[in-house]
Amino acid sequence: MPVEANSMIAILPEIVILTVACAVLVIDLYLPDERKDINHIVTIIGLATALGAISLIGSDKVTYAFDNSFIRDPLSDLLKGVILIVTLFTFVYSRDYMQQRQLWIGEYHVLILFAVLGMLIMVSANNFLTLYLGLELLALCLYALVAFDRDSKAGAEAAMKYFVLGALGSGMLLYGISMLYGASGGFFGFAQIADIAAAQGTDNQLLVFGLVFVLIGVAFKFGAVPFHMWLPDVYQGAPMPIVLFLSSAPKVAAFAMAVRILIEGLGGLQTDWGEILIILSVLSFVLGNVVAIAQTNIKRMLAYSTISHVGFIFLGLLAGTAAGYTAAMFYTVVYALMAAGAFGILVLLSTQGIEAEQLDDLKGLSERNGWLAAMMALIMFSMAGVPPAVGFMAKLLVLEAAVSVGLVWLAVLAVIFSIVGAFYYLRVIKLMYFDKPQLEQPLVIDGTATIAISINGLAILFLGLFPASLLQVCGVAFG
Amino acid sequence: MGFEKLLFYIFAAVTLFAASMVITRRNPVLSALYLVMAFVSSAALWLLLEAEFLGIVLILVYVGAVMVLFLFVVMMLNIDVATLRARFIHYLPLGLIVAGIMVFDMFLVLGPADFGLDQFAKPQSQPADYNNTAALGQILYTTYLYQFEIAAVILLVAIVAAIRLTLRHRPETKYQDPSNQVRVRKGSDRVRLITMPAEPVPPSLTATLGATHTEMTE
Repeated sequence: MPVEANSMIAILPEIVILTVACAVLVIDLYLPDERKDINHIVTIIGLATALGAISLIGSDKVTYAFDNSFIRDPLSDLLKGVILIVTLFTFVYSRDYMQQRQLWIGEYHVLILFAVLGMLIMVSANNFLTLYLGLELLALCLYALVAFDRDSKAGAEAAMKYFVLGALGSGMLLYGISMLYGASGGFFGFAQIADIAAAQGTDNQLLVFGLVFVLIGVAFKFGAVPFHMWLPDVYQGAPMPIVLFLSSAPKVAAFAMAVRILIEGLGGLQTDWGEILIILSVLSFVLGNVVAIAQTNIKRMLAYSTISHVGFIFLGLLAGTAAGYTAAMFYTVVYALMAAGAFGILVLLSTQGIEAEQLDDLKGLSERNGWLAAMMALIMFSMAGVPPAVGFMAKLLVLEAAVSVGLVWLAVLAVIFSIVGAFYYLRVIKLMYFDKPQLEQPLVIDGTATIAISINGLAILFLGLFPASLLQVCGVAFG
Repeated sequence: MGFEKLLFYIFAAVTLFAASMVITRRNPVLSALYLVMAFVSSAALWLLLEAEFLGIVLILVYVGAVMVLFLFVVMMLNIDVATLRARFIHYLPLGLIVAGIMVFDMFLVLGPADFGLDQFAKPQSQPADYNNTAALGQILYTTYLYQFEIAAVILLVAIVAAIRLTLRHRPETKYQDPSNQVRVRKGSDRVRLITMPAEPVPPSLTATLGATHTEMTE
């Protein structure tokens, strides 16, 4: 089949990102050290152009391209948009940090852009082959980014752990995919596998076998318990801006992966994977919230907090209803914004000569920079699920979805552990407002970053007060 | 048919033998060489399946490139195999039990019940002039164009990441730059003759020189 022009239009955002990444790769060679900001500008313009391209080709109609290996639908439009916006935040927040540590070089932009490309491919994948390739592209970039500060021993160790466990996760996923390929008699498109799953259900033992392995792969990428071991170590060892990127955008891509595989591909086996997700979900929010209390390193604390949020995202997915999927998607988008904001503030804090890694580094932040402390407080309230911040709305929706399918015990358990979790979020607020600062000098951050963090923080408040617009967009994705 | 079956059993036996030698040899170089043997005999198995492209790629890429690289690494690094294998016999029974359970499990799922000939009919063999390299190329550049391009990007990322993580500019290292050397032109680049008058030594310098001299003699 010859390639049609329509196919090329459908992958316009991907083409833009690839072009920008290659352009930065070449431009960087000719830039003297003091003019590396040009990379930054080109990257920002490229990401903005890709956002424009998404809105340009976006519509409620579903388009397929490249022999059905690519799909563009409202779901992919929204998730791609979120990924690009979060990446924009990443670049704006990380500028000073990377400059001060001599890491402000072209490869930083190039690798993140390629990771974004991998995520866009994952979000728009319509068969297992494309999905897997996108995932590998993303993972390779992330391994290199974690080790980006190559003089840091912790970074190298974290990257090594991430690489080995990530490869294990990918291997599990691939093994599951090959099982599904065999079970369906030689197909790897989600639509064909959905047909087989609907027709044969659990009678096809091989299909269930494949499902389990694929699910393990998905859980690995999300960092759900018991496949979470890599997460705290990677967060602790990687440079802060990389953690900012790692904790936000890839979770959105992982959500897209879960939707494509579980709902579009294996929707016929919903009762089976729903039960597995219940176990993963309960373990995640119990272990995440409880272990986070014991952490003194704020990166590790937020890593366990991520794990608990993944439990909540699964809570929406396992309901198996359109409302549940919408709630899970809403939660994912909100989580990406919150994670970007929280780590963004830590990145900005780390530009004053210290690495803001310990909880104590946040002490007395309100005296050093009141606005930054206010934004951090807002994000912490949101993560804890305190109204009117959007985190409350997100939790409410997934709990409602769980209750609506009769899983009241699960919802009650989730509420109990989110109250347990509120302790460590509120502790951060207490440290910022009621403790004496360790460093007296006021914290001054540059204008662009202040604007970005304000947009990020106020978006959390705004979406909490008026969730309808985002909720409607999420709802459209699940028709 | 009978002869092909015989060939299959011969190559399958060679593959199994070579594979078990890979994990039991004490000398890593021998292990690597047995691995080459395992690859070659599995390439022959591919040929029996009429997948000649895969067979050739296995030999070209794995035997020709990957294994040679592997041998270099094995020979350059002094791996202490004795400590790696010290507990081999100790853990062997446990390993065998786990492996046995896994083989049994896999047989249940991957066995003839799910993958037997009655589930998947034997594929028709292609005529003698069928070229599966061409057929592969055909779909690779049409149906799977998108995936093919993504794979290319992944390779690019691998290069970028590897260079970022390992390349270090070390100005103190002295090395020759052949491309600069060949660009030297005759005459002005090779030697530069300067005529200048001998300069008188300024008095301030003589004073310092004298001072250092006295210090040194003291």
